[in-house]
Amino acid sequence: MAHYELDARRLLCPMPVIRTQNRIKELEAGDTLDVIATDPGVKADIPAWCRVHGHSVEAIRDLPERREIVVTVRVAG
Amino acid sequence: MNANTVQPQRKAVVLLSGGLDSMLAAKVIQDQGIHVEGINFYTGFCVEGHTHAIRKQDQNKNKRNNALWVAETLGIKLHIIDIVEEYKDIVYNPKHGYGANLNPCLDCKVFMVGKAKEWMDENGFDFIVTGEVMGQRPKSQRKHTFPIIARESGAEDRLLRPLCAKLMMPSLPEREGWVDREKLHDFSGRSRSPQIALARALGIEEWAQPAGGCCFLTDENYSAKLADLWQFRGEKRYELDDIMLLKVGRHLRPRPHFKLIISREEGEGLFMEGYRYMFAHMQTASHMGAFALIDGKLEEGDLELAAQILGRYSKAEPGEALTVEVGGLPGGVSKLVTVPAFGPQDMQPEWQV
Repeated sequence: MAHYELDARRLLCPMPVIRTQNRIKELEAGDTLDVIATDPGVKADIPAWCRVHGHSVEAIRDLPERREIVVTVRVAG
Repeated sequence: MNANTVQPQRKAVVLLSGGLDSMLAAKVIQDQGIHVEGINFYTGFCVEGHTHAIRKQDQNKNKRNNALWVAETLGIKLHIIDIVEEYKDIVYNPKHGYGANLNPCLDCKVFMVGKAKEWMDENGFDFIVTGEVMGQRPKSQRKHTFPIIARESGAEDRLLRPLCAKLMMPSLPEREGWVDREKLHDFSGRSRSPQIALARALGIEEWAQPAGGCCFLTDENYSAKLADLWQFRGEKRYELDDIMLLKVGRHLRPRPHFKLIISREEGEGLFMEGYRYMFAHMQTASHMGAFALIDGKLEEGDLELAAQILGRYSKAEPGEALTVEVGGLPGGVSKLVTVPAFGPQDMQPEWQV
């Protein structure tokens, strides 16, 4: 299991979701991915995408001083 | 056929926009025991999502992506496909022309069904489902355009429209008995009553009702801004950042060679600040006011004119001295400019894009 980061800053939804979807296709089951975004829409859209595909969201962190949001996704088996 | 032969479960990919019609189409086919997955295309012009993320007044609005919400409600997977680059040629050169604005609806539908056909072939699916209703849209959803979409997309008779299938010749999934034609529908026209009745019958109590459709290209004001962009550039060309910026701010073209994009509120200003690396930009320094991007090359006197216009959207009184901080000029130069602020009477109507 490995941990990765995806820079989705300055992208508006659904682009962060698309980038997450495409990156996860390349990962292994159990890997985790931190999606770093600036569009608050990711707080709803990435969890929704994960639910329909069976992946899990481990954490959503707001970083207001950087106007960023980090969504941590664990890839399903 | 041997009665003991187990038939493979058939698989359909449905073009899910997030609206009611495609949701119903997916549900009708799903209820016939077909494995259904959704596909949703992102062109850059999709109304879904963007502006809610930008304007402060919209920050508390539901940021739900409706296509994802439909998929989750139906319990199906949704694949969101970025077609921004490929889609440009559809917008530049629509074979079947534009609709009332710069909306290439028929070419768009042909393209999207064609992309769904590619996805279907690559993923081992059997047919494509859309929520089209005959006669519902003046450009793309008409009796004579349906065969064009099926033929030019390459989907042919693997394209099934469950909401109006009974008004058409049976498609392959119907002829092969994968789906029961008797359980399909014969909706036509612009009335939404049949769809709402079907939704209730299927136990669907909630659905998205996007105002003004799902594509900015059907919007008159948006299309006017895109046409202005093309005229200014001397060619039909855009990048994703261009079409994002057409969705925010006031767009004013005081001279043919430059345009101002002026924020209307704090959220837009913050969003536009992300483009400082691409454009010259201005911010009022002596008074509270707006943020502006300058698209184009400034000639002598233009910077002062732009600053005066920005003053119109500041707390400065008309004619009052206003200092504006300008950045991102050629060579990375920044400077302060002090001018008398414009008032409403100084603004020329023809500047408005």
